[in-house]
Amino acid sequence: MTSPTLTPTRIGDPVDRVDGVAKVTGQARYAAEQPADRLLYGWVVSSSIAKGRIVAIHDEDARAISGVVEVMTHVNRPQLPRFDHSYKDALCVPGSPFRALYDERILFNAQPIAVVLADSLEVARYAASLIEVDYERETHNTDFTVALADRFVPQDKRSGFEAPKNRGDAQSAYGAARCKIAADFHLPTHYHNPMELHATTVVWEGDGRITVYDKTQGPQNVQGYLSAVFGFSPEHVRVKNPYVGGAFGSGLRPQYQVYLATLAAKMLERSVRVVLTRQQMFSHVHRPEAVQSVALATDPSGRLQAIINDAATSTSRFEDYMETVCDWGLMNYACENASAEYTIARVDTYTSGDMRAPGAATGMTLFELAVDEMAYAANIDPLEFRLINYSDKNAMDDTPFTSKALREAYAQGAAKFGWSRRTPAPRSMKDGRELVGLGLATGMWDALFRQMAVHARLLPNGDLEVATAGSDIGTGTYTVMAQVAADTLGLPIEKVTATLGDSSLPESPAEGGSSMAASVGAAVQVACRAVAEKLLVAADQIEGQPLGGARLEDVTLAHGRIALKSDPARSISFGDAMSAAGLETIEVEDTPASRSGSSGQSRKSRNTHSAIFAEVKVDEELGVVRVTRIVIAVAAARIINPKTARSQILGGVVMGIGMALHEEALTDHRIGRCMNRNLGEYHIPAHADIRDIEVIFVDEPDPEVTPLGVKGVGEIGIVGTAAAVINAIFHATGKRVRSLPVTLDKLLDS
Amino acid sequence: MNRFSYVRAAGVPEAVHEGSAKHVRFLAGGTNLIDLMKENVERPERLVDINRLPLNKIEDLEGGGLRLGALVTNADTAYDPRVDRRYPLLASAILAGASPQLRNAATNGGNLNQRTRCYYFYDPATACNKRDPGSGCGAIGGVNRIHAILGASDQCIATHPSDMCVALAALDAEVRVTGPDGDRVIPLTEYHRLPGDEPWRDNYLRPGELVTAIDLPAEDFTSHYTYLKLRDRLSYAFALVSVAVVMRLDGDLIREARIALGGVAHKPWRSPVAESGLAGERASRANFIAAAHALTEGAVGQGDNDFKIELARRAIVRALEQAAAGTPQSQTDKRVL
Repeated sequence: MTSPTLTPTRIGDPVDRVDGVAKVTGQARYAAEQPADRLLYGWVVSSSIAKGRIVAIHDEDARAISGVVEVMTHVNRPQLPRFDHSYKDALCVPGSPFRALYDERILFNAQPIAVVLADSLEVARYAASLIEVDYERETHNTDFTVALADRFVPQDKRSGFEAPKNRGDAQSAYGAARCKIAADFHLPTHYHNPMELHATTVVWEGDGRITVYDKTQGPQNVQGYLSAVFGFSPEHVRVKNPYVGGAFGSGLRPQYQVYLATLAAKMLERSVRVVLTRQQMFSHVHRPEAVQSVALATDPSGRLQAIINDAATSTSRFEDYMETVCDWGLMNYACENASAEYTIARVDTYTSGDMRAPGAATGMTLFELAVDEMAYAANIDPLEFRLINYSDKNAMDDTPFTSKALREAYAQGAAKFGWSRRTPAPRSMKDGRELVGLGLATGMWDALFRQMAVHARLLPNGDLEVATAGSDIGTGTYTVMAQVAADTLGLPIEKVTATLGDSSLPESPAEGGSSMAASVGAAVQVACRAVAEKLLVAADQIEGQPLGGARLEDVTLAHGRIALKSDPARSISFGDAMSAAGLETIEVEDTPASRSGSSGQSRKSRNTHSAIFAEVKVDEELGVVRVTRIVIAVAAARIINPKTARSQILGGVVMGIGMALHEEALTDHRIGRCMNRNLGEYHIPAHADIRDIEVIFVDEPDPEVTPLGVKGVGEIGIVGTAAAVINAIFHATGKRVRSLPVTLDKLLDS
Repeated sequence: MNRFSYVRAAGVPEAVHEGSAKHVRFLAGGTNLIDLMKENVERPERLVDINRLPLNKIEDLEGGGLRLGALVTNADTAYDPRVDRRYPLLASAILAGASPQLRNAATNGGNLNQRTRCYYFYDPATACNKRDPGSGCGAIGGVNRIHAILGASDQCIATHPSDMCVALAALDAEVRVTGPDGDRVIPLTEYHRLPGDEPWRDNYLRPGELVTAIDLPAEDFTSHYTYLKLRDRLSYAFALVSVAVVMRLDGDLIREARIALGGVAHKPWRSPVAESGLAGERASRANFIAAAHALTEGAVGQGDNDFKIELARRAIVRALEQAAAGTPQSQTDKRVL
């Protein structure tokens, strides 16, 4: 028994990241850093037109360069399946998934049209610059405002998508009301831009197998996709992603670099690496552009009488991406009459997709801008307005929440922030030359739970391994896994090794939707409990049965020992139990029961909530906005690790500030091309833009929501944050900016 | 990135000799050139590495001026005690630009010679007269939020992105160059070109000419100066508009004022009319507004950047107020004074 003196790690401890040292010392290898023998480097050539046909690709000069092995195009690529179903990954949306190098069609600007494969990256990149392409152009449209004329409600819905449910008669109630507002809000296209570029290293094993190191959020999704597209049997495809440098949803569906790298490996029967450039990161998945038309009406006391919350988002010509935009406003506020219509509109771009809090970051944020306008129109303090219209139930489908401590979040956030010092009139607060504004918004997200399997393995010395195919996309999954395992078996976290990111490990869904902590935590606990049960069975083999046949609920596990609760002096070590039973290891693979096993349970709503308070200071003459303070109070039930959880909220808030002030893809619609395709020109907050952010986790016990009583926190931090900032800008300046981001030019006119 | 040969110049004469051939670029910090090569915008056949040349000192000049070696990094220049004490405007402007990592690598000569900023110039899939003469200007009628409002042509509306050069323009710095025909001195304000019909030429350097130093004249602008930079986030973004001001006051009478604008033209923008209009006048908001209008005389928007005309005027007024009050803009505290 080694180091039994270390204190057992518990759920709720602010544990440091177990992978932190590996990451900051460069020992953590990412997809583009995995070695392979005789590796070929693929450089992707992108189209310069938005729509049309490739007439010819002139690659003679490129092929003449020493070190170039192949130029792979739609003309010479290996055979590919004909039908769409082969290309549908587990998270696909209705439509015809994009197939790179399939034929001569150009569907969007910067579409991959060739891959130069060479012995070195430098040769591949140089040769790629020599390729000339002749196109036949067709008329394109990338302008969403133009596309809106043909917006539609798609027939086939994305799996899991539910249309908003109307109640009462919102149009009549709105028409009859005297106190009301109506406004259109606009969110531009956002690109995920995780720090790690999308990259894949395919290792050609030579025996019909491939090992694929991919930047993905779901190695088993990629495994299934590659098997279906390229005709491998699934057991011949092993996909690994031990470390992922951020993803924000961009790695949920298999991205085109993994397709291209695998296609090239198959063509050349060699190992291939493909890394996209930062510019190419603007050629694929993105948060859709959105318009939201909100009309609200109240009675004289400020009670909402009508909510009309219509929205449209952009998708490609070839797939129908949908997200839950409208429901949040209808769920969160008590109001008898509410309606929403959600439509999508096609533009000539790649298909939009999930990006951090998909749907809510758009729909709740824009709705909360309208709520602020309504509160002012009703002449009621914005916080008071939200309390007047508070709904203890999910107001859209009338189901109770497993828990909703939003009232406490408002109260604690307001107290910490100093909301009571706010004077309500716009332009009424100043600090020297600057106008001061205090704003508020509400956040809401799903508390998801997904069944997954975990393998646990205990050694006699107390070393414990827990493993699943799931991914840590930078959120702290390794740490949370190890922490829950340590808690369950009473071990210090140093004794636990967590393994993730390998399709050959037990089944796990892609990491997304803030589901992972609750899901993997529950699976780890179930597996480790099963280990403990086996330990007890083993302990009964000890002569004299010192634990007297105790069951799990009769004992405590700590310091590598099992002790009777009733008589802590009676204890035995894990090692003694295992040796008595002749066990060298105890291994278990287990999956927790489905949450919705009983029909009664499924009739409840499961959500996280937040209250965000923002202070801005505005130099009105110059339009300079500084976000000087954010307080965010989050109701997310039980927090496994306050440190990693806080980091998730901080990251979400920073992204929300960027949504309010900075992020915007600028497209030249004449050529259908995004023009600010680098992080120098596509702005996200710099350090100077971020000041004080305070995170509060309010007490919200909820044993019902998930097996561990945990709600995920990866996304709630971004939901509503931009609205709090923009509402604060209104309070400071009296100006309503309804088209994000609020760049300084939008505050200049006076 | 194309293939190129590389030579490390052992001395200035060798560098000039090597640099006189066609399709050659000098390599100093590389913070702009290497980016452009990766994008296939710059495709030199030969790089002459000048980093080992003895041009890396800051030296006092007789008569009280200061000579900044071309290879001194932007960071070392900004944090040099003599620069900080005698030319605080320059230190401030440098620190308003880029990031610490870039300032540690970028050199003074390279800062002068960085290419103008434009989305289209950086994207070889689009039209650009600067990159591909005769192909047209994508930015005109396109995405042009960051583009010029002054001195543009129907060939090019790009802006020079430097902060340092805006301060140097206000300080009447001089650029020392050496070349195949010997040494010469070019006033900073005449160093960069307007695009005209030859937008591919950013400045008046001749083939083979190498910047060796920047001379700062012996003048005292330590009391009334400011560098005010407005941009789309509070750090690490190019200026939408920046204003460098130096001023000499006699009570509240302006004896001399110099104003240079950044982010609005193909070069740092000054106006003799605006400056002479302030000389002898009171340091008043009304006079500052008049100067702002004089300095932006002839400004033309391109659509997305129309707001920059009014923004520039307001920024000029504020910068003049800051300078007159002796309260220069901090580059760390982002509150605008």
